[in-house]
Amino acid sequence: MTTARKLTMAQAISEAIGQEMERDPKVFAMGEDIARYGGIFGATGGLLERFGKERIMDTPISESAFIGAATGAAAEGMRPIAELMFVDFFGVCMDQIYNHLAKNTYMSGGKVRLPVVLMTAIGGGYNDAAQHSQCLYGLFAHVPGLKIVVPSNAYDAKGLMIQAIRDDNPVMYFFHKGIMGLPWMAYYEGSSNEVPQEAYTVPFGQARIAREGKDVTIVALSQMVQKALLAAAELEKEGIGTEVVDLRTLVPLDVEAVVRSVKKTGRLLVADEDYLNFGLTGEIAALIAERLDQISLKSPIRRLGVPGVPIPYSRPLEQFIIPQVKSIADACRGMMRGKVAQPA
Amino acid sequence: MQASTPAANASHGEHLLSLYRTMARIRAFENAAEEASRGSVAAFGATSDAAALVRGPLHLSTGQEAVAAGVCANLARSDYLTSTHRGHGHTLAKGADTTAMMCELFGRAAGSNKGKGGSMHIADFGVGMLGANGVVAAGIPIAVGAAHSAKIRGSRAIVACFFGDGAINRGPFLEGLNWAKIFELPVLFVCEDNRYSATTATDAMTAGEGAAARARGIGLPAETVDGNDVLAVDAAARELVARIRAGGGPQFLHALTYRVKGHVSVDAAAYRDQGEVEQALESDPLKLAGQRLAALGIAAGRIAAADAEARAEIEAAVAAAHAARPPEPAEAYADIQDTGAGQWR
Repeated sequence: MTTARKLTMAQAISEAIGQEMERDPKVFAMGEDIARYGGIFGATGGLLERFGKERIMDTPISESAFIGAATGAAAEGMRPIAELMFVDFFGVCMDQIYNHLAKNTYMSGGKVRLPVVLMTAIGGGYNDAAQHSQCLYGLFAHVPGLKIVVPSNAYDAKGLMIQAIRDDNPVMYFFHKGIMGLPWMAYYEGSSNEVPQEAYTVPFGQARIAREGKDVTIVALSQMVQKALLAAAELEKEGIGTEVVDLRTLVPLDVEAVVRSVKKTGRLLVADEDYLNFGLTGEIAALIAERLDQISLKSPIRRLGVPGVPIPYSRPLEQFIIPQVKSIADACRGMMRGKVAQPA
Repeated sequence: MQASTPAANASHGEHLLSLYRTMARIRAFENAAEEASRGSVAAFGATSDAAALVRGPLHLSTGQEAVAAGVCANLARSDYLTSTHRGHGHTLAKGADTTAMMCELFGRAAGSNKGKGGSMHIADFGVGMLGANGVVAAGIPIAVGAAHSAKIRGSRAIVACFFGDGAINRGPFLEGLNWAKIFELPVLFVCEDNRYSATTATDAMTAGEGAAARARGIGLPAETVDGNDVLAVDAAARELVARIRAGGGPQFLHALTYRVKGHVSVDAAAYRDQGEVEQALESDPLKLAGQRLAALGIAAGRIAAADAEARAEIEAAVAAAHAARPPEPAEAYADIQDTGAGQWR
């Protein structure tokens, strides 16, 4: 019998890691402040006490070393989980991530598998400025060879983490700080939800229809799903039916779910907290544009993301450049008023 | 060196009082920043703008004031400085305006970074303060580059490069020190050792004999001092800075201090013994300096006046920051090199 309780995303992730560590002695975790502190954002809370410091390891501030070590350990039979404290710190270890972890299987002619989970914190909205607030999953999805997982709620977070640990490929797992359920950070209610006690997986490449609607499709992931759902509740009062597609993973990407929804609604808004330029929003727009022989649009595609500036510290600036519930709702209203795009 | 004659004692005392003033100003700034940030960290607008004065996580240098004050006392305005995520003290000691600094923490348009940087990226290029930094060890190569510029331009400026004990385990430490040494660049590297890498004790994470030994391994002369003794820091920095100015190449100062607060304002530091903190507070740099001032014959009233002046200055800075206007949202699009912003939207 399944027993579910309401968990925060941080609790769900930590539970997933703990269950997989019990199941498989090859799984271990390392990162800055993950053992004694339980992870700055709680993703490894309580695991040191259960598994000891041989398997839950605090590291020096040496990301090249421990992410490179994850690649090496995986090549020799282990299933490491490494935590990069903030995705923004990728700069000090990107060589290990994209030149080695992401490429070694291919460059070896498929002779080596690298079952590494690299998890990392993303997202702004709490005034942590330009080096601690980015999302950047689009950047890693751009590089061949990495699976990209970006959960929006605790249920998905657990199932996707177990799936990630069991996957024989490198997986990057991005959790948004604003939906982890941290006591010091307010969060979206919908991100903490019912999570079964038992281990289960959520398969990669299967988007979730977080809400059904007939008029507009919003494609989103992570915290932006929660914002989209709040916008959808507002829009419903105005008679606008909004369908929210939670991608859950970028690589692999559930193209069919997006296409199916846009075919139904005829309107697409991609709402994202990553940078707008050359990223997720453009990718989703392109895959619809490539199918305009099958899809009839009632409005031009709209994209919301962080425009071409780093994340500013000051609250009015930050709130302005990160898409909010209101900007999502306004974009949908605009699409409902708008006509079919006519070439100038 | 201990002064002995009454005249020397008096001069010594005046010098220490000036160092004390800098420390007191830093302490007052950190206390005010901490107070103004209480309850402010929230991701989803749960805290109203009006209620939260300083938003976002703060890394406080409370208890580490002697390192900033002692080193910066030996720098000219034309010298340069790079800092860390815990950079308020360095910035203030280098001569930055405390009102502009506090406005920055309040996210105001009048802030030293127009509200775009905040605590972790505070900078004042006008006084040679090239920026705090949110990425551990990232300031080291930047400091080295500033020194290289000084060398190429034939400037007499030197660079003080602050970083923490955690930074010596990241690659730029090795790369930056090596670069500075092969070009004999005018850099004073200052490892401000507060014993913690975020929430993890650095000792267990660091092989070998530590920061100074690593620097010597790259050929840099290195001194280790009690980083809570502002006179010791000042004396060591004076000697090392003199060597650098005389063309002696990069030098290294390892200052041992203690992080009294958590890593960041939301960290209660429950992972360490309260006894450890209490013991560290016994050698609080302001307390030590106050005792020394008394021993050197500086009147208690003058020490109290230094504290009061520091508090008054920072209270005025807080009041000014409170009254200052927040930036207009569209100001987010300004200052982004020449690439422009928002045109993609």
